[in-house]
Amino acid sequence: MTADQSEGIRMVSAPLSVKPPDTAQSSGATPAPVKIAARNLNFYYGKFHAVKNVNVEIRQNVVTAFIGPSGCGKSTLLRIFNRMYDLYPRQRAEGEVILDGQNILTVKSIRQLRSKVGMVFQKPTPFPMSIHENIAFGIRLYEKLPRSEMDDRVRHALTKAGLWDEVKNKLNQSGLGLSGGQQQRLCIARALAVNPEVLLLDEPCSALDPLSTSKIEELLFELKEACTIVIVTHNMQQAARASDNTAFMLEGTLIEYSETSKLFTTPSDPRTEAYITGRFG
Amino acid sequence: MRGVLARRRAVDVVSKILMATATVIGVFFLCWIIWATLKYGIPGMHWDLFTKDTPPPGTDQFGLRNAFVGSLLLLGLSMAIGVPIGLMAGTWLAEYGFRSRTAETVRFLNDIMLSAPSIEIGLFAYAAVVAPMGHFSGLAGSVALAILMIPIIVRTTDEMLSLVGGDVREAAIALGAPAWVVITKVTWKAARAGILTGVLIGLARITGETAPLLFTALNNQYFSANMFRPIANIPVVIFQFALSPYTNWQQMAWAAAFITVLFVLVLSLVARWFLGKVQVAK
Repeated sequence: MTADQSEGIRMVSAPLSVKPPDTAQSSGATPAPVKIAARNLNFYYGKFHAVKNVNVEIRQNVVTAFIGPSGCGKSTLLRIFNRMYDLYPRQRAEGEVILDGQNILTVKSIRQLRSKVGMVFQKPTPFPMSIHENIAFGIRLYEKLPRSEMDDRVRHALTKAGLWDEVKNKLNQSGLGLSGGQQQRLCIARALAVNPEVLLLDEPCSALDPLSTSKIEELLFELKEACTIVIVTHNMQQAARASDNTAFMLEGTLIEYSETSKLFTTPSDPRTEAYITGRFG
Repeated sequence: MRGVLARRRAVDVVSKILMATATVIGVFFLCWIIWATLKYGIPGMHWDLFTKDTPPPGTDQFGLRNAFVGSLLLLGLSMAIGVPIGLMAGTWLAEYGFRSRTAETVRFLNDIMLSAPSIEIGLFAYAAVVAPMGHFSGLAGSVALAILMIPIIVRTTDEMLSLVGGDVREAAIALGAPAWVVITKVTWKAARAGILTGVLIGLARITGETAPLLFTALNNQYFSANMFRPIANIPVVIFQFALSPYTNWQQMAWAAAFITVLFVLVLSLVARWFLGKVQVAK
């Protein structure tokens, strides 16, 4: 037990400092290195203060889940990690988010950032084109590949997303013709095709049936070999099943962040306990 | 309570009667117009309409070839001018302007343009193109028709692009796609049926426009494909022939009106078919 852990999770309203859990994979082993570190992160929608002084370190090659009631700022936090908020003039972030030594908030090449940090959204968002073209779209943004190589890349991405066997005979059909769960895996494949180092998933299963959901959860276990996964979810069972570390947010503040098993069995904050036992949210 | 119910029932009955009457009046006149067009137009149909040019007065020949060709040229050039401008402006409104003050002002002005009397647009084209050139021309006619068409395309493009979910746009941006790729490869593609519908509706709108052409393209008794000179066209031919004392000219006016109605009908059907595809894609 390190000093940090014996202290438990410290919760100071501001500035908040929550240490990352460091024994996500196996206790005793060296913790995975930090992939993304947010420091004193604040976010505003116009005047509304949506994320308040968040400090969080996201470990490489693990699945980190963010849970909390609607409007707690978890999706907002996710959208900071790939600068999605840039699209909207009245939204701004303050503080630091360090990814591989670079501050995401001030990074020059946003396109490069987004090629490194992929994102999958709540509703499946297939583009109005064929399944093959959906995947090739992302690859073409960064590479000019001969046809055969492109076909390989498309197949590879679809295989990684567990969709290849279902669509291999209809690659030229519209992506809009797939079922919801297939569409969402198509979107995951599309994000994976550009080889991101981080994959952000914003409630990826909230529009899906249980079977599709479990397929995507299984997928997360395989994908964390290759990339760091951050998932926002409304579904606590999903966080418990699919993640290694879990962070609980409330009203823009990070309340508790620890190993998933610890957060769900012995939460150290009464608010976390109240939330996971269903007393609010 | 009973008083309230009785009043509601009375209001219901009265408004139903009013609506039914309005519908009957509208449909009645529409049917009358179509019936008259069929009744007088079909007997006027003649192969020579498509192979010969408009005959001089006092003969009993038929021919509208120069007017058909002229009208097609006018419509083609109007589209070449109007579609890119309308598409670009509509795209700007939906993809960059959003609900900003500038965008809302442009939308407001566009809506005014949408209902501007076409004769005013004709006068504008006269002042802007005919007067400086010194003579009437197909070009001036196309400019006038394009100005009539643009607001329709702007409006539909704006609306159809706004219907494309913000999440699809965000998904493309999240992959690192620059704005122009997102627009040309994703949102235009997602809204293409709707945008095409707007173009077809715009085309249908300008097909029968006569007033702006009187000031601009004028007419031409002979065959001409020169857009820098006055050019024959169906609406003005209908106008002139319908007012003439010659029976064959009057018949040709009906025939031309019939063909125009048919053309607009086909355009509308194609537009509806595309619009149906938009709804399926939703």
